[in-house]
Amino acid sequence: MTIPDAGEPLLELRDVGKDYGSVIALDGISTTVRAGEVTCVLGDNGAGKSTLIKILSGVHRADRGRLLLDGRPADFGSPREALDAGIATVYQDLAMIPLMAIWRNFFLGAEPTRGWGPFRRFDAARAKDVTRRELSAMGIDIRDPDQPVGTLSGGERQSVAIARAVHFGARVLILDEPTSALGVKQAGVVLRYVAQARDRGVGVVLITHNPHHAYPVGDRFLVLNRGRSLGEFAKADVSRDELTRLMAGGAELDQLAHELERPST
Amino acid sequence: MAPVPAGAAGDPSTRRADERLSAVGPLRRLLVKPELGALVGAVAVFTFFAVQSEVFRSARGIANWLDPASTLGIMAVAVALLMIGGHFDLSAGVMTGTTALTVAIVAVEFEQNIWVAIGVSLVVALLLGFFNGWLVTRTGLPSFIITLGTFLMLQGLNLGLTKLLTGTVTATGLASVPGYASAEWVFASRMTILGAEVRVAVLWWVLFTAVASWVLLRTRFGNWVFATGGDEVAARNVGVPARRTAIALFMTTSTAAWFVGTTLAVRLTSVQANTGTGQELIYIVAAVIGGCLLTGGFGSAIGASLGALIFGMTQLGIPYLRWDADWFYFFLGAMLLLAVLANRLVRRYAEAARR
Ligand SMILES: Nc1ncnc2c1ncn2[C@@H]1O[C@H](COP(=O)(O)OP(=O)(O)OP(=O)(O)O)[C@@H](O)[C@H]1O
Ligand SMILES: [Mg+2]
Repeated sequence: MTIPDAGEPLLELRDVGKDYGSVIALDGISTTVRAGEVTCVLGDNGAGKSTLIKILSGVHRADRGRLLLDGRPADFGSPREALDAGIATVYQDLAMIPLMAIWRNFFLGAEPTRGWGPFRRFDAARAKDVTRRELSAMGIDIRDPDQPVGTLSGGERQSVAIARAVHFGARVLILDEPTSALGVKQAGVVLRYVAQARDRGVGVVLITHNPHHAYPVGDRFLVLNRGRSLGEFAKADVSRDELTRLMAGGAELDQLAHELERPST
Repeated sequence: MAPVPAGAAGDPSTRRADERLSAVGPLRRLLVKPELGALVGAVAVFTFFAVQSEVFRSARGIANWLDPASTLGIMAVAVALLMIGGHFDLSAGVMTGTTALTVAIVAVEFEQNIWVAIGVSLVVALLLGFFNGWLVTRTGLPSFIITLGTFLMLQGLNLGLTKLLTGTVTATGLASVPGYASAEWVFASRMTILGAEVRVAVLWWVLFTAVASWVLLRTRFGNWVFATGGDEVAARNVGVPARRTAIALFMTTSTAAWFVGTTLAVRLTSVQANTGTGQELIYIVAAVIGGCLLTGGFGSAIGASLGALIFGMTQLGIPYLRWDADWFYFFLGAMLLLAVLANRLVRRYAEAARR
């Protein structure tokens, strides 16, 4: 299973591992994120997918292995450093502040300012304008950008987080189960966004449990199981059915299908 | 192929006015304004006393109750910012004593110009604030317990060092120190407005509230304060320097304590070693009456000032009505309970998550 060099490696992980206390959450993971490619990370609950992307986005430091940015060793001490390198992330828990207005959340940590010196201030008009524009481009009609995020529905909140990452993810866009709370229409929009970002030359890392979402848009598939890699597959080397079987743990799925069949009386 | 529906993305022609817009009417919007409760409370308290007492509503009376409200208000605003940022500072009260004592002792015992003493006091305050903030962010322990520790330590230091350096529990003699006249002009002068003598602290209070409110609502830092208090992990994950924000807030609180401490020292020209002890809870009460949530992430500077105003009006209104002063605390406690109940409703509304 050789993977063709489709583009520049933006981010590279080499033999990365991470422990939480005595729990080995990840071990020996290697993968690359290339410009204009979508890397899908697949695996069961607790497989270590979120841990992997948290290393890429600067939330956690890897305990073992190396992280390369543009071929040079990188060490993100904080999410800010990753963001400054053009890596934006939609976290599984969305990383939004429920009591804050939508537009404040949208630009949190990257607030546009105007004015000079001590009179430099948050450009609220621009922030509201951009927020409204980016969200309506996703097909989300927010009633009022001043609404606290906590009053949005789960899917609306997810859309705000995705719109934010797409807006700020200049080079790498990381999405941790971005479509889990979305309806068919919004999930489709998100996948289009992923494809658009890819076509703009952004490297995308997509985590999803849905092979129907992963397969059409993915270029390569990294399958994790209990913190270890089951392999990285190029699209040409794996079919959707094989992928589905891998994700669900292979033979276990056949067993399940068997169990769920109606007993023929 | 992927189940990508057609026409889902941003086609402006498909945008329509949201038919659910009426659900968020002006009333509900107003309800999530943190200072609304305090405003209603302040108007009610004012009306209550003003109707019954002529002195209370006279210009002189107003100047009288604005005075305790002003020094309390400066502290309450700083404490409110800190609470919005998700922290408490129990050492804030005793710190006004520490800074006042520093001014008096450096100026009198070490025979320095008062401005030098005030500068030394500011450095002490900034260091104390930094220490609180650094320890809280570094250990991740609740600020409640860390600042309880610094509170007790400072209380001991205030007494111990004052006794050691002055031989008594009072630092005196500030009036005859070089530079006192100019310091008095800045920190303790009075002006006549509408026939009533108003202390300059009232102006400082208004200015401080305005600046704090502007910073909170109109600057990047203000956005970070709300975010750090609302959800520190989420804030950090999107790139907010949450630790630095918290430390800056502790230093703001200690700077406010320095300002109030200096005002007290210059006004009274002598400072008791126990100055400020016990005030920290009053600051928190004022901030909570002003709409700050104890859990952080929500509140307002103007609200905290209104809370201080309610405090000042009640403190002087009760003697004006010739009631026993004991009723003051009953009154304040009732206001606090009302405010917390109101805040709870706000939070419920704002956080009504529908996952
Ligand atoms: N902060 C943490 N402290 C301790 N253990 C953790 C922490 N975060 C994750 N883990 C553990 O690490 C393992 C991997 O977790 P991770 O969140 O990466 O899984 P995941 O693949 O994203 O799962 P899911 O599909 O449910 O999102 C799990 O066993 C989890 O319990
Ligand atoms: Mg996960």
